[in-house]
Amino acid sequence: MNNVYYGKLIFELSREGRRGYSLPKNEMSDYKLESLPGTLLRSAAPGLPECDELTVVRHYTNMSNNNFGVDTGFYPLGSCTMKYNPKINEDMASHPSFSGLHPLQSIDTVQGALEVYDRVQESLAELAGMKEFTLNPFAGAHGELTGLMVMRSYHMSRGDVKRTKVIVPDSAHGTNPASAAVCGLDVVVVKSRPDGTVDVDDLRPLLDDTIAGMMMTNPNTLGIFEHSIGEIAKLVHECGGLMYYDGANLNPMLGKVRPGDIGFDIMHINLHKTFSTPHGGGGPGSGPVGVRAGLEQFLPSPHVVRKDIDADSYRYDVEFGNDSLGSISGFLGNFAVMMRAYTYILSLGHENVKMVGPLATLNANYIKESLKDVYELPLEGVCKHEFVFDGLKDKSTGVTTLDVAKRLLDYGFHAPTIYFPLLFHEALMIEPCETESKETLDAFIAVMRKIAQEAKEQPEMVKSAPHHTPVRRLDDTQAALKPIVTYAELSSMVD
Amino acid sequence: MSKIIEGLYYSESHEYVRVEGEFGYIGITDHAQHELGNVVYVDMPEVDDEVTAGEDFGAVESTKAASDLICPVSGTVVEVNEALEDEPGLINKDAFENWIIKVQLSDKGELDNLMDAAGYKAMIGE
Repeated sequence: MNNVYYGKLIFELSREGRRGYSLPKNEMSDYKLESLPGTLLRSAAPGLPECDELTVVRHYTNMSNNNFGVDTGFYPLGSCTMKYNPKINEDMASHPSFSGLHPLQSIDTVQGALEVYDRVQESLAELAGMKEFTLNPFAGAHGELTGLMVMRSYHMSRGDVKRTKVIVPDSAHGTNPASAAVCGLDVVVVKSRPDGTVDVDDLRPLLDDTIAGMMMTNPNTLGIFEHSIGEIAKLVHECGGLMYYDGANLNPMLGKVRPGDIGFDIMHINLHKTFSTPHGGGGPGSGPVGVRAGLEQFLPSPHVVRKDIDADSYRYDVEFGNDSLGSISGFLGNFAVMMRAYTYILSLGHENVKMVGPLATLNANYIKESLKDVYELPLEGVCKHEFVFDGLKDKSTGVTTLDVAKRLLDYGFHAPTIYFPLLFHEALMIEPCETESKETLDAFIAVMRKIAQEAKEQPEMVKSAPHHTPVRRLDDTQAALKPIVTYAELSSMVD
Repeated sequence: MSKIIEGLYYSESHEYVRVEGEFGYIGITDHAQHELGNVVYVDMPEVDDEVTAGEDFGAVESTKAASDLICPVSGTVVEVNEALEDEPGLINKDAFENWIIKVQLSDKGELDNLMDAAGYKAMIGE
């Protein structure tokens, strides 16, 4: 690796006139450019870099080595469930029998793919305790919007047009109020108790016949199980509202607790969290939405159904229901993501899937208990899949959560989520996932303890971390205020 | 330790009102700017917009977080601090000097629901 030289920008490696190829003869040289409208013509040649092939290869190969992903190291990013994506998922999703399909092929030629849809719908429904799922939404927030549209369709279908408000806890993920607003619903905030769980006494006076429903995660954003969920669901149902489960924190519940069994009516699942499909920039997302019996007719169209022809044979079809809220995405969502999730479900099987939640919970509690003497633990007790420290226990050194996060990079660990949730000043949110070995957890714990020691002995060194990364501390204020996103902008500033 | 100015009215959500006659200058406190860190964007209402006590009238975005601005009093916006559009960091330089909106107060009685400097100081524990 030579990051020092080839890690420069490709434009900096460019030499005027350098060619790594020879182009075929230009057969358009006689073309009269004047025949094109002036607005379509460039006044100057595009400023493309000019490099030989080997320089290009070394530049991008070195760049790719600067990537940090779950395949290169531990990624304890709280609230994100960055679990390992098993390689067999990719093998199945890229199988030519599936990857070569076109969404406009006739139904008869894609029976196998539709069977996968049907089985994913069925598996998710069983794991979640719901009656029916749609796989169409493209992401978690898209699923939230779809779920709220189901909620609205339900109230509308009964002619109950007054229900325009959705209750959201103050500790919720920002997507909850955002989705409600996009759906045209007003957000009412319910307060948390000091332990971060919903304050039932604050909830009661909010409930009346204008409430469409309530959105919750369980465990909540602080990784705490909402023990009052039974009472909360009862109160919301009594006032005529529906309970919406945000599946962001489903991982610790998987195979142990089903949202449908604890009072939720509508929910979404982030396949890119709980079901090991690629996350964020690693691939398209998927946010299937499930509903309890009595709401399935409102789910979006098209929807895959299995139709029995006679006792021994059946056929898959795609339906557009009369009461459906309509289309929310092109075709049937991201099929390749379903393939990965289905592979994950089958690889684990009926028994092993029940180990996901307990192991994710065990790993989180192991880290928490191993570090709480040097990091401030604001909420004692057993957490679920994640927990929050409020910075270092010893605040006298002036070393902040940001400094700890930066110093972790020097040791080859991705930083946890920082300064979220907002309930604590120095929040450091850790979620290890069930896929990490005890040795990895021990290595992380050792480094976190070492950083706490360094904060005491060499605080300035920690405050100026990272020291060993390709770039040091970036000026995120200037990046937000005056982002430089092209080389032309950068070079004009240097000139 | 954050700066707290005597004679202003303070809200639990860290906004202040400086009253001059019929008008109130509303901004966020020095404590709030300190907690937020470098402010990179201020979302403000427009002149003539109505604002209501207890409801949001905009938002402050920093490199750490985005927070709603909750209006401590009701009234009509008569001026917004346009300097913050180009230089939101002014709030970090002096949060009390760089108010966000100027409001014609519709009910001066609402000021009684707010804290004075001593009350606010006690709330933030300084």
